[in-house]
Amino acid sequence: MKAFSERIKEEAKRLLEQKEVEAFIGFSKGSLPMTTRPFVARTPEDTEKLVFNSFCVMNLARYLPEVLKSLEPQRKPQDPLPKGPLPKVGILATGCWSRNIVVQIQENQIDRDRVVIVGIKGAGMIDKRKVFAHVGEKEISAVEEKEDKIIVKGPEYEVKIAKEDVLRDNCQVCVHFDPVIYDILLEAPGAHEREPKIERFKQIEEIEALSINERWAWFTKEIENCIRCYACRNACPLCYCPTCFVDDSRPQWVGKSIDPTDTQIFHILRAFHMAGRCTDCGACESACPMGIKMRLLTKKIEKDCLNFFDTEAGLSIDVMPALSTYKPDDPQDFFITEKLFSKDSK
Amino acid sequence: MEPLKIDKENLKDILQVISKDYKTFCPQKTDKGFRDWRIINRDTEFDSEFFSYFDEVTLPKSSIKPFFFPQPETLLTFNYDPKAEDAFLPKQCLDKEPDKIDTVLFGVRPCDARSLILNDMPFKDDPYYNIRRKKIFLIGISCTKQSSTCFCLWTGGSPLGTDGLDIILHPLDDETGYVIEFISKRSEELKDTIFPEKFCSKASQSELDEIAARKEKSKSALKSMPNLAEQLKQKELMAVYNAPFWQDVAMSCINCGACTFLCPTCYCFDIQDEVVKKRGRRIRYWDSCMFPLFTQHASGHNPRGDKVKRVRNRFLHKFKYFPDRFGPVSCVGCGRCIKECPVNIDIREVIRNLLAVK
Repeated sequence: MKAFSERIKEEAKRLLEQKEVEAFIGFSKGSLPMTTRPFVARTPEDTEKLVFNSFCVMNLARYLPEVLKSLEPQRKPQDPLPKGPLPKVGILATGCWSRNIVVQIQENQIDRDRVVIVGIKGAGMIDKRKVFAHVGEKEISAVEEKEDKIIVKGPEYEVKIAKEDVLRDNCQVCVHFDPVIYDILLEAPGAHEREPKIERFKQIEEIEALSINERWAWFTKEIENCIRCYACRNACPLCYCPTCFVDDSRPQWVGKSIDPTDTQIFHILRAFHMAGRCTDCGACESACPMGIKMRLLTKKIEKDCLNFFDTEAGLSIDVMPALSTYKPDDPQDFFITEKLFSKDSK
Repeated sequence: MEPLKIDKENLKDILQVISKDYKTFCPQKTDKGFRDWRIINRDTEFDSEFFSYFDEVTLPKSSIKPFFFPQPETLLTFNYDPKAEDAFLPKQCLDKEPDKIDTVLFGVRPCDARSLILNDMPFKDDPYYNIRRKKIFLIGISCTKQSSTCFCLWTGGSPLGTDGLDIILHPLDDETGYVIEFISKRSEELKDTIFPEKFCSKASQSELDEIAARKEKSKSALKSMPNLAEQLKQKELMAVYNAPFWQDVAMSCINCGACTFLCPTCYCFDIQDEVVKKRGRRIRYWDSCMFPLFTQHASGHNPRGDKVKRVRNRFLHKFKYFPDRFGPVSCVGCGRCIKECPVNIDIREVIRNLLAVK
């Protein structure tokens, strides 16, 4: 993994030195084992700090619009963009992140011409919570990463864990490993001939198999610990509304406290806003301090989108997200009608 | 008052005694694998997992803040029906028995307990908070080990600290039991009801010596630490405000509220009326300086419109504005924000940066 970090440093340094980009979005080392910190290199010297490993769980596309904006000359909201080419930004992008960049382009949040994408054929990221569970929630003082395993060291122990045993849930079911758009392509160690570890929608089918009441019980239980910190929303590269529906006060759609009804509405609506756009990058779940598996909500919608509209988010710039287009022959039987309801409640 | 000793096996009996008379909460394993405050009731399993908390270094996921500063607190209720006799007349929701202890928190770590002493300062005249302070009884457990994110000594706390606690248990080195130290006046009154004689014994001299030696050690460790609050108070406000490092700290921030909501000493709130049909209530709910809405004016202007300004405010409030106004820094070094930050913003690095400002 060290050698791969060096490769990224090299590319970033070259881009900054040759003035192809004015900033490069990557990761720097975190202060704790199994953490990394999103980092913007602005000089060739800065690139020395760049690292890449299996703990890069934050989605870098989340920072892309704001870093691009920071390089534009200051202007009032109503003023047009200045003429002439604007500074470019380099960014690392794995399969899912690159698909988020595609959606950002489709939704006019960023300009493709201003982004230099260093694509990464990734091997999936590790869920640090699974590592903690593996060692019985014991203190971890260092983690060393090898090709297919990690070596976890604590005050009085050392264990080797196979990476595939602690891969994040979304990485286990991933089917689009490779970046869909890029200017430079790199391959991370372990990414060669990667295959999904678990069938793509298995996690969803398990919940779908439950009765309506059981599903409701699952949902209410899953989110009962939510503290409404909005880490899931803010980690998402596609949550960019200037005012989120939860922050609106006129009209007020959702209550502000952790009343179960309000929390439920927040999670359901957040998931629906992701319909046809979510790429299952798992940033929401990795960011959640309470370990809520809200990714399963968006995954269900991903499955429905694929079934009903035969589209997946961000696979191609030319195919718009399902809810941004309309075709006369679009299926409509997912509308909740009396018929559907009576069938399901039996 | 003389310290007692309780054997490990008897902790269960004590918990059963206490939970009979009081709502008793203890950090317990949740379905998600982490520990959090959960009530002790008939379903509670007193297994080895339950008691391992008292020998571990883990902090519960949440601080004790929600017990004193609930999310949300109903301040008052009102009738929204204009034809009603009591239309729009506020009814304040204050506890009817404000002096009666009804809740016990068992297993509070010294850092969390100390947060109360700090939160007492801004909430000095707040009736809701102060009633809860009187109604909740705190039994702590001192720390014998430290986690990699613990830094209570930096902030003026101690792994054996008793600030904010009524009673503290000190684990003995031979792992046979705990020395019980009674701290507050009300703990003496309750002593016989919550630590009945049949489950406890007098602590022996050697046991007391062991704890005394540990305290001495922690005291000298604290003495060797620089006084953070004093050092920061001497910094010139505009120098720390304009320090260049804020840009770097803020860069990775996603402006979520995980740090502020899990923090035991973040106490900012907002107030809102909720009306359902003809019934209304005014609630006080947690707010976070990380959210853009926190400072948004009605005009649309936002004095803290950029995330760097919001990040700076969180840290300067803790380490500059609060000490300047109240004395100590508003941080107890529990390390929750370090552990749970999705982008690894480390408050200890910020403190080092602040101390380096000339």
